[in-house]
Amino acid sequence: MSWNRKHLLDIESLTAEEITTVLDTAKAFKAVGERAIKKVPALRGKTVVNLFIEPSTRTRISFELCEQRLSADIINFTAEASSLKKGETLKDTAKNLEALNADFIVIRHSAAGAPQFLSRVLNAHVINAGDGAHEHPTQALLDAFTIRERKGRIKGLNVTILGDILFSRVARSDVWALTKLGANVTLCGPATLVPRTFEAMGCKVTHNVDEALAEADIINLLRIQHERQRKAMFPSINEYTQLYGLNQARLAKTKPDALIMHPGPINRGVEIDSDIADCGRSLILEQVTNGIAVRMAALFLVNGGKGPQEIGVG
Amino acid sequence: MASSPAGDSSNLKRFAPLIRSGEIGKVAYENLFATSKPAPGGPVGWFFLWPASHSLSMPEHALILNALGIQRALTRIAHEIAERNETCADVVLVGIQRGGVPLAERLAKSLAAIVGLPIPAGCLDVGMHRDDLDQRAAPKIHPTQIPFDVTGKTVVLVDDVLFSGRTVRSAMDALNDFGRPKRIQLAVLVDRGHRELPIKADFVGKNQPTSPQEKVHVRIGEPGQEDEVVLERP
Repeated sequence: MSWNRKHLLDIESLTAEEITTVLDTAKAFKAVGERAIKKVPALRGKTVVNLFIEPSTRTRISFELCEQRLSADIINFTAEASSLKKGETLKDTAKNLEALNADFIVIRHSAAGAPQFLSRVLNAHVINAGDGAHEHPTQALLDAFTIRERKGRIKGLNVTILGDILFSRVARSDVWALTKLGANVTLCGPATLVPRTFEAMGCKVTHNVDEALAEADIINLLRIQHERQRKAMFPSINEYTQLYGLNQARLAKTKPDALIMHPGPINRGVEIDSDIADCGRSLILEQVTNGIAVRMAALFLVNGGKGPQEIGVG
Repeated sequence: MASSPAGDSSNLKRFAPLIRSGEIGKVAYENLFATSKPAPGGPVGWFFLWPASHSLSMPEHALILNALGIQRALTRIAHEIAERNETCADVVLVGIQRGGVPLAERLAKSLAAIVGLPIPAGCLDVGMHRDDLDQRAAPKIHPTQIPFDVTGKTVVLVDDVLFSGRTVRSAMDALNDFGRPKRIQLAVLVDRGHRELPIKADFVGKNQPTSPQEKVHVRIGEPGQEDEVVLERP
């Protein structure tokens, strides 16, 4: 058990022990979500600003709900309805929010490094809710939590991440988290979207989908991030689906206990067949449920000050 | 005083100082005892292990309850719970994580044997309800398992050491999220004083006056180790 960080900015800088601490804490918070009264007073009196400069539905709702379940006060802030449209810089916007005595800033931004920047200029705790194609730490933590819960372990599992890796912050955070916890991660997709440079992160890269799926215990599918692609990375969506989409024929060749994950939003009929998304091996909705527990754990842990983890008797 | 366990006088004979620190302590222990080993059942009370001239100050440890003393205290508390609550049909025990959990389990067994009814026991983690969460590292959260409805029940909260009373306040808060007990009572193995809130235990294994700097270590059900309560003086 160890956690002495003021912010949650990325997975890359976390140790395996710190990741495990979040997962263990999340387990307790998942139990809270199953009670009749789903609320605890851990962040009572604290103000959380959800600063979502890039559109998001599921992550923002997940954070909002988890903050409410921790009894925090919440301000929601989206780019469309803000002075950012009037030319205010991110730093000034954040400084103004801090002048309102915000204790936590949860930031989603299209620029990689925005959360790191805020953590340097603000006194508030900063949580990265996704920055560009850099990292999405809470998604990786909830993926790890879901895998550990269903498989009982992460060490030694074969995890295949299939899809648009190049533009995916989820893929980067997942690779960091899962390799630190001892999984064998394979990345797969079109060569333009899965360059060999990812091997430097400690994972395997292949462009052969059958090879990537054959030994997989976990198949994590990613959406094609059209909004980040400045040029055509492959000839057509139809071709992508033919070559890399998860269909029944490909699923039949996987291990019978291989489980399917997707961070959402899913594009049915593109990266995943509609009936596979709804089948018993799909963990997609469990990921959503676990996201709340993991984010509660993250906020709870960064809220702590310095000192020993174990609280003495009293 | 009602809270003085019958086993106390026999405990006193075993009231010998103990050393249980890390590696430095072990070496010092062996060196020291090689020259002056105290007789078993020796002096009662504080025993200074280090010569006054020694620059290194090391914590001293004194046994305040041994395994037998703990067992007798728990048996007496079980009888007191039975006496206070007449039928015990609506009594449930809830141990506070972590020290209170094995105690609640043992108390439930003793109480069930006394009243001839099964006594449900659960465990409660109060980490999310503490009042100092932003002043220290976030606490490790242990499982909360209350496999029964507490509404209308007499809930006996069980903890190992009663000190400031803040844990018990958190526990009462946490318990409220599970229902509305008819009444809440408090059983502790050791009451060491220094309350910071208006909280008093209903059942006490041992009243142990301490200074705020001292620590009370309760070891119950640890593998390969005898149950004991040890007072550490810094």
